[in-house]
Amino acid sequence: MEPVIEVRDLVKYFPIRRGFLGRRVDWLKAVDGVSFAVHPGETLGLVGESGCGKSTVGHLMLNLLKPDRGVVRYKNLDLSALRGPEERRVRRHLQVVFQDPQSSLDPRMLIKKTVGYPLEVNRIARGAEAVARVKAMLAEVGLNEEHVYRYPHEFSGGQRQRIGIARALITEPEFIVLDEPTSALDVSVQAQILNLVGDLQQKRGYAYLFISHDLSVIKHMSHRIAVMYLGIIVETARKEDLFQEPLHPYTCALLAALPLPDPTKRRVRASLQGDVPSPVHLPPGCRFHPRCPQRMEICSLRAPDGLEVLPGHWTACHKYGN
Amino acid sequence: MGATLLEIKDLAVQFFTYQGTVRALEGVSLTVQQGEILGLVGETGCGKSVLARCVLRLIADPPGKITAGEIRFKGRDLLKLGRREIRQIRGNEISMIFQEPMSSLNPVFTVGNQMMEVVILHQRVGRDEARRICVDMLRQVKMPDPEQVLAKYPHELSGGMRQRAMIAMELACRPDLLLADEPTTALDVTVQAQVLSILEELTRQSGAAVLFISHDLGVIAQLCDRVAVMYAGHIAEIAPVAELFASPLHPYTSGLLQAIPRIDEGKAALKVIPGAVPGLIDPPRGCRFHPRCGQRLAPCDREVPAFLEPAPGHCVACHLYASGGRG
Repeated sequence: MEPVIEVRDLVKYFPIRRGFLGRRVDWLKAVDGVSFAVHPGETLGLVGESGCGKSTVGHLMLNLLKPDRGVVRYKNLDLSALRGPEERRVRRHLQVVFQDPQSSLDPRMLIKKTVGYPLEVNRIARGAEAVARVKAMLAEVGLNEEHVYRYPHEFSGGQRQRIGIARALITEPEFIVLDEPTSALDVSVQAQILNLVGDLQQKRGYAYLFISHDLSVIKHMSHRIAVMYLGIIVETARKEDLFQEPLHPYTCALLAALPLPDPTKRRVRASLQGDVPSPVHLPPGCRFHPRCPQRMEICSLRAPDGLEVLPGHWTACHKYGN
Repeated sequence: MGATLLEIKDLAVQFFTYQGTVRALEGVSLTVQQGEILGLVGETGCGKSVLARCVLRLIADPPGKITAGEIRFKGRDLLKLGRREIRQIRGNEISMIFQEPMSSLNPVFTVGNQMMEVVILHQRVGRDEARRICVDMLRQVKMPDPEQVLAKYPHELSGGMRQRAMIAMELACRPDLLLADEPTTALDVTVQAQVLSILEELTRQSGAAVLFISHDLGVIAQLCDRVAVMYAGHIAEIAPVAELFASPLHPYTSGLLQAIPRIDEGKAALKVIPGAVPGLIDPPRGCRFHPRCGQRLAPCDREVPAFLEPAPGHCVACHLYASGGRG
């Protein structure tokens, strides 16, 4: 099947400026060569610790940031080459749900306007027609029709996230970036939102990029999983394969560090030493080598290439080099 | 497990705000035994942090007020102590670790300065001795270069290192009770794992009891001996950790356990607790969980359920167990 969206060798560095003249003193290497594809009806889970660049990847895929190198292809269109009306026409098919429903909704806008705005901007519907569509959309995400005449502060966190989802879905997109959509929510509400997002995908066949730092949420939601560490993807695999046979030492460490909600399965916790290094001063060679329990001599010298070790199961680690 | 170290009885706390009176805690009772790790789990706004702050009398008054109850620590009621007496206890016999180490460390003093102050104040030792104790503590929390860390400012440390420095600081006076308020929530999983194992190792070694507050059932399951589940300012259930996860009694607890996605189980749709956590200005009458409860009975919206003990050591506040139990 043709992928909906594909990224190849994506690179994004942010300049670090200092002083009165804003002189560039260094680069923060947020995304440093990332490639993957998302197919229709599929959820690709992107997991990693804070600062690993997963949100930047999400922004690049929506063309909210321009990549320094590499391409984002939506159905054979190079997104970063698009301008003006062309870009807008494509954008309605690519939507996003943000982490914090508190700050991603305008407190002074009625829900009618917030959710209906994409319709207006994309000249899909106006006036009564738009309101009717907003009402239908709200019903679909589990809110009431009369909620259109309310403001965000009148809703709970979970309901606000439903509004965020309604706003993303109203233009009938094909691809949606879900950027930590439940990290600000409580467990009991998180389950509601995860189920909603899953149901909508089954009904409409959306492709999702599901970004999260929480491996158990990622496992629950995804078909395939990509593990990110310091700007690169260290392992990609089908969900079952990744959990059954994690290949990269970082993936293994992440799995081992996750506290299982089962007191009969207690285990040794600290599998990794030290902290994630800064994405400004990256370690030479494999980025993970200073913390890696299985490092070899070559690891500090040369960065490993991505290899398909098992069918559909890719990893970038010298362990599998020959 | 040893004798009872801390006993909280019928604690009630209210906050008087312009929007109305927030009934943050009502009828909260629990005990912490010597040397145990008691987990306190609940969702945002359920009052778990307020409870911990009450123990050290850190509730700002106004707007907050402890309106009823007692907190007995080694037999003394902390709520009746004078300011000087409670200051003798804070940081010395009972200490607290907060969620965000950046905001609980003072940014304009070095780590050493802040750590040594605690030790000098409470243990009445000289600077050199205090420094020696601090270096030793930092070494115990596996801090690389403890001597150098003492000279650093909080912003020069990473999140995990800051939290380890906090743990070192709080354990420096060998407290009997450590209140840990979501100490790893701001950290990444791999760093959280390091901090948790250090915390567990050191407290088990020194015999300090821990009241460990978290919203993460995974962390609770891995770390605690007993668990108290809070909901909207009430304690719903208290049980030994294995029992709580294997056979939860309160509908809220079982709902919560079924609502978490897990990596060690296959994919099914998550069970959902309908609705949202209620506000505490005008909480539901009777059992505060009743509007969301699937097993609601007639008295649930009128009477606050009594705290029953259907199985030894396993307490629950739910009308489902009222007829068969001792209540």
